[in-house]
Amino acid sequence: MNTRALPLYATIVIFLLAYAICWLQFPAMLSTRVIGNLLTDNAYLGIVAVGMTLVILSGGIDLSVGSVIAFSGVFIAVLLRDSSLHPLVVFAMLLALTTAFGAAMGFLIHRLAMPAFIVTLAGMFLARGAAYMLSIDSVPITHPFYETIQDAYWLMPGKGRLRLIGILMLLIVLAGMIIAHKTRFGASVYALGGGEATARLMGVRQGRTTILVYAFSGCMAGLSGIVFSIYTGSGYSLATVGTELTAIAAVVIGGTLLTGGAGYMFGTLIGVLTMGLIQTYIVFDGTLSSWWTRIVIGILLLVFILLQKGLLKLSQSRLIEAAADR
Amino acid sequence: MLLKRIAPQLIALAALVLLVTLVYPGFLDISFNDGRLVGPVVDVLKRGAPVALLAVGMTLVIATRGIDLSVGTTMAICGAVAAWAIASGWGLAPALLLALAAGGIAGLWNGLLVAVVGIQPFVATLILMTMGRGIAQLITEGRILTFNHPGFAFFGSGTILGLPVPAWLWLLTGAGVALLMRRSALGMLIEATGINRRASALAGVNATVLLIAVYVASGLCAALAGIVVTADIRGADANNSGLWLELDAILAVVIGGNSLLGGRFSILAALLGALIIQTIDTGILLAGFPSEYNLVIKAALVLVILVLQSPRIAAEWRIWRKSQRASREALAERSRT
Repeated sequence: MNTRALPLYATIVIFLLAYAICWLQFPAMLSTRVIGNLLTDNAYLGIVAVGMTLVILSGGIDLSVGSVIAFSGVFIAVLLRDSSLHPLVVFAMLLALTTAFGAAMGFLIHRLAMPAFIVTLAGMFLARGAAYMLSIDSVPITHPFYETIQDAYWLMPGKGRLRLIGILMLLIVLAGMIIAHKTRFGASVYALGGGEATARLMGVRQGRTTILVYAFSGCMAGLSGIVFSIYTGSGYSLATVGTELTAIAAVVIGGTLLTGGAGYMFGTLIGVLTMGLIQTYIVFDGTLSSWWTRIVIGILLLVFILLQKGLLKLSQSRLIEAAADR
Repeated sequence: MLLKRIAPQLIALAALVLLVTLVYPGFLDISFNDGRLVGPVVDVLKRGAPVALLAVGMTLVIATRGIDLSVGTTMAICGAVAAWAIASGWGLAPALLLALAAGGIAGLWNGLLVAVVGIQPFVATLILMTMGRGIAQLITEGRILTFNHPGFAFFGSGTILGLPVPAWLWLLTGAGVALLMRRSALGMLIEATGINRRASALAGVNATVLLIAVYVASGLCAALAGIVVTADIRGADANNSGLWLELDAILAVVIGGNSLLGGRFSILAALLGALIIQTIDTGILLAGFPSEYNLVIKAALVLVILVLQSPRIAAEWRIWRKSQRASREALAERSRT
C-alpha cells in the first residue's frame, strides 16, 4: 500500500465521518443548500489554498497571502471608486501585480538563500502596509458588474445555490490538480520539495521553479482577493488577518507534508471543506462559540502533523529493514 | 569586543534618534514630574517593553535554530488568565503566578513538540498560534475582560525610581537572562545546539532538555509581556493583545544581528533591536506621519537585514573581493616587472 496516500485517505475518511456525525445530529446538513453555501463561503480560502499547496509541496511557505487578499480587495475597491475602469480591467491589473509580487518574493528566496517564511513575512508587512496606505476605511464596491456576478448562480436540485465563485473555486482546484500532477513544472515542484540536492542532480532548474511557485501563489492570492471582494462586496485593509494560517492548516489537514515533496491537490479541497464543515456545525449548533473553530482547527492540525510524523518514521524503518534484508 | 558586536545597532539607534530629533525637536526632552521621568524617550522605553521582553525569549529560541511564532497568542492567553484571576478576586500574587504558569505551560508544549516529537519549530509553534486566540477567548468568554485593581495596574503604569515599571521589567529580565547565559556555560551550550544539534548531543550536551528549556523561557517572557499589556490597558483583549508582536519580536532579534540560522546570539543586541523598532514606531507618530507607514518601513527593514544576512550574497561578496584582490595583485606584479 502506498504510505504517501495514507494522509489523503485519512483526510477523506475524517471528512466523511464528520459529515455523517453532523448529519445524524442535524439531518438538514445533507441538503444542497448547505453544500452550496459550504462552497461559496470557502471559495476564497480554497483558491488561496491551491497556491499554498504548491508552495508547501516545493518545501516553502507563503505567509503573505492573507495580506495580499486584503490588499486586492482595497485595490479593487479604490480603483473602481476613483476611476471608470471596467472591473475586468482592474482584475487583470491586480492579477499582474500580485503575480509579480509573488515572483519577486520567489526571486529573493532563491537569490538570498534565506528561509521562505522570513521573506514572505516581509511580503506580508509590505502588502498589508500598502493596503493601509490605499485606504484604512472599508470601501464599498458598487458596480453593476459586481451585482451581476454576485447574483450569478446555478440552482441545484433541492434549491441549493451554487454560486459563480464556488464554481470558480472548483475549477481552480481542478487546474491545480493538473498543474501539480500532470505537468513538468509540477514534477519539478515535487522534486524541489523532496530535497534540493537531489532536485539539482535531477536537472530541475531551481531558481525558475522557486520563482514560478511563488508567482503562482501570488496569482492565486490575487484571485482569492477578487473572490473575497465579490463575496463581501467591499475592500477592507484589516480583512483576512490570519488567513495564511487557515490556508496552511487546510493544506496540512488535506494530507500534504509540511516539509514538502508529498501531497495531493485534491486533499486540499477536502481540507478546506473540513474547516468549512466545522464552522457550519458551530452555526447549526448555536450554543458553541465561534472561537471553538480555531481550537478544533488547531487540534486537527496537530493530529495530522503527528500522523505524518508517524508515517515518515514507519516508511523510514521499512527502508532500513529492506536494506538489512538485502 | 562587546562594543564591537553591538556597534551597528548602536549606530543605527543613534542615527534614528538624530533623525527623529530633526523632525521632532522635543524628542530628547526629559522632565521630572511628580517623581517620574516624562518624555518621548521614557515613552519609548515603556512602550517598547512587550517587544523587548519577547525578544529576550525569542533570541534564545532563534539561537537554537528555532522560531517561536506563538508568543503573540501566548501573551493573549496569559493576559486573559491574569485578568480572569484578578476579576474573580484571587488577588495579585496568584494572578501573576497563574499567568506565568500559563506561559510556562505554553512554552513546555512548544518545547515538547519541537524537542521530543521532532516537528520543525515553525510548524510546532504554528499550532499554538492557530489555537491560542481561541483559548484566550474561551477564558475571557469573548468579552474584553476589564478589572480595577491598582496593584496589578502598577505593572503597566506604575513607576519605580522615576522609570516606568514595564521599562524596569524588560531591563531586569534582559540583564538577568544575559548574565545567566554568559556567566554560566548555558549560553555556549545553546549556541552549540543551534549550530549542530546532533554533534552537540554526541558531545554530551543534553540538547532535548535545553531545547525545551529555551521554549519555556520564551513562554515565560511572553507571559511577562502579556501581564504588562493587560495591566496597562486594565483589561484583557483576546483578539488584539499581542497581535503582530511575534513578527516584531523576530524583527528585533534579527536587527540585533542574530542569525536566523542559529548559533551565536546577543541578548543585548536584540534589546537594542527592540528599541530601534519602538523608536521607529514612536518617531513615525511624533513626526506626524500616519501610522500606516509603519508596516512598509518594517518590511523594507527586514529586506535590508535579509540581504545583509544572506549566506549566498556573503559568499558571492567574498568571491568578488578575492577576485578584486587577485586582479590588484596581478596589476602590482606587472608594474613591478
